[in-house]
Amino acid sequence: MPTFLREASLKRHTVLDLLFRNLTRVSAFGVLALLMAIIVSLIIGSMPAIRAFGFGFLASSDWDPVSDQFGALIPIVGTLVTSAIALTIAIPVSFGIAIFLTELSPRLLRRPLGVAIELLAGIPSIIYGMWGLFVFAPLFADHVEPWVNDHIGAMPYIGPFFSGPPMGIGVLTAGIILAIMVIPFIASVMRDVFEVVPTLLKESAYGLGATTWEVMWKVVLPYTRIGVVGGIMLGLGRALGETMAVTFVIGNAHELGKSLLMPGNSIASALANEFTEAYGELYTSALIELGLILFFITFVVLSLARYMLYKLGKREGQAA
Amino acid sequence: MNAENTTDPKTIVPKIIVKDLNFYYGNYRALKNINLSIAEKMVTAFIGPSGCGKSTLLRTFNRMYQLYPQQKATGEILLDGANILDKSQDLNMLRARIGMVFQKPTPFPMSIYDNIAFGVKLYENLSKNDMDERVEWALHKAALWTEAKDKLKQSGTGLSGGQQQRLCIARAIAVKPQVLLLDEPTSALDPISTAHIEKLIDELKEDFTIVIVTHNMQQAARVSDYTAYMYLGDLIEFGDTSTVFTNPKRKETEDYITGRFG
Repeated sequence: MPTFLREASLKRHTVLDLLFRNLTRVSAFGVLALLMAIIVSLIIGSMPAIRAFGFGFLASSDWDPVSDQFGALIPIVGTLVTSAIALTIAIPVSFGIAIFLTELSPRLLRRPLGVAIELLAGIPSIIYGMWGLFVFAPLFADHVEPWVNDHIGAMPYIGPFFSGPPMGIGVLTAGIILAIMVIPFIASVMRDVFEVVPTLLKESAYGLGATTWEVMWKVVLPYTRIGVVGGIMLGLGRALGETMAVTFVIGNAHELGKSLLMPGNSIASALANEFTEAYGELYTSALIELGLILFFITFVVLSLARYMLYKLGKREGQAA
Repeated sequence: MNAENTTDPKTIVPKIIVKDLNFYYGNYRALKNINLSIAEKMVTAFIGPSGCGKSTLLRTFNRMYQLYPQQKATGEILLDGANILDKSQDLNMLRARIGMVFQKPTPFPMSIYDNIAFGVKLYENLSKNDMDERVEWALHKAALWTEAKDKLKQSGTGLSGGQQQRLCIARAIAVKPQVLLLDEPTSALDPISTAHIEKLIDELKEDFTIVIVTHNMQQAARVSDYTAYMYLGDLIEFGDTSTVFTNPKRKETEDYITGRFG
């Protein structure tokens, strides 16, 4: 090939390479810019509410559109409590599912069960909401809540959280529906990370005479903790932001009660329910500020998870 | 096929006696009528080409195969006279008596101290002091104490490969087993670490009955008192190491150890 031709093609390559590099760079920074734009527009949108209520917005349980008094306490508490209930139920159940699928299940059952769990993750949330409202809530009201009232409701300290009229819908119901929704996410991540644990590591623990439980709890779980926490965070992220299913079953009442059996509200379901009927600048602005708070809560939770992992790694003395 | 037995039966005290052992992976018969005895407080080596069943044989001694439903063993393996293949034998107690170290170092994701305490805690409820002593004893035995004593709280995964393997040996002997199974313990290690481990094996046989699987014939010749040569699931020859290596009874053994095959 003559030299001038090679030079020409080299030059062409350089130009293409430059183009490609800048294209990837623009895409990457585009995401960042989009994130900033969302934050900025949320802040601008919520300025009227921030100016009107200040930090008091976070601590106030007023929600009175007629007299333009707004506070975020009820939806914040509702969001956190429903997510906490969901994780309390979902984490142990998912751990059990993952142990069964990786260690105990007969080989023939593994694939069908695994696929079933993934399908569960694919069900649209509105279907969970409908099922929760029309099927789960009545059954819960008839068969579970009276029992909860009689037995747990009578206990000291925790009793007040579990007593109230058996309506079926409420904070506890929303938490349980959320748990069902996040289990597939957490369980399938746990299963995936458990499966990549080296066989020799597990055999070493079995070889010392450990039981399946001891192997899973003391060796496999620490070995996979980053993946496991990641899976839990994925589930938590979904639980915090879940809108439709929660809206159906939480009751959407701006009331702050002790009892988990009573209706409440969450940030996402307040937004979904009220945006269409929000009139006036302050009402809309208060709702946008709720959105900003949800954004912030998610961010804080994810950062805390990162920090926790960092701490765990340090305590174990690993040179990170 | 019957193995040529070149040992003088009077000189050994058998710790493990294998009788008519057959092993199956599904329908595949991986061990064929194995008969041999493992001498107490001696080192017995299993050698042979890949796939000959030597690791499989080793893994029947602590019933590791039981983790996998399609694998099964028939016959008898007597540990001090009791058949360990018997389902009524408690698996966890069996594994407390028979420790195992694997091809690759497998430190648990926890501190050096906890790695060693892990197995001990499964069987014994020791006070903090006793546990400290046990950990120190095991690390001394595994010749790791001087290197590890200042970093007991650090992660076991931060050690070098050779140190990790000695940690695994310390972890296995901390439980105070009677038998130590070593499945190619130096195959992932450099020559210096290998020499460390071999020296260690020599010291450990004062307290433990050792069975080692190795690909390395020189290693078998260096560390073992008895050698079993296996091929395609058969035990071809079994006898004391010097005889097997210098004056093998069978042609197949001679071909293998002189490097004409395998």
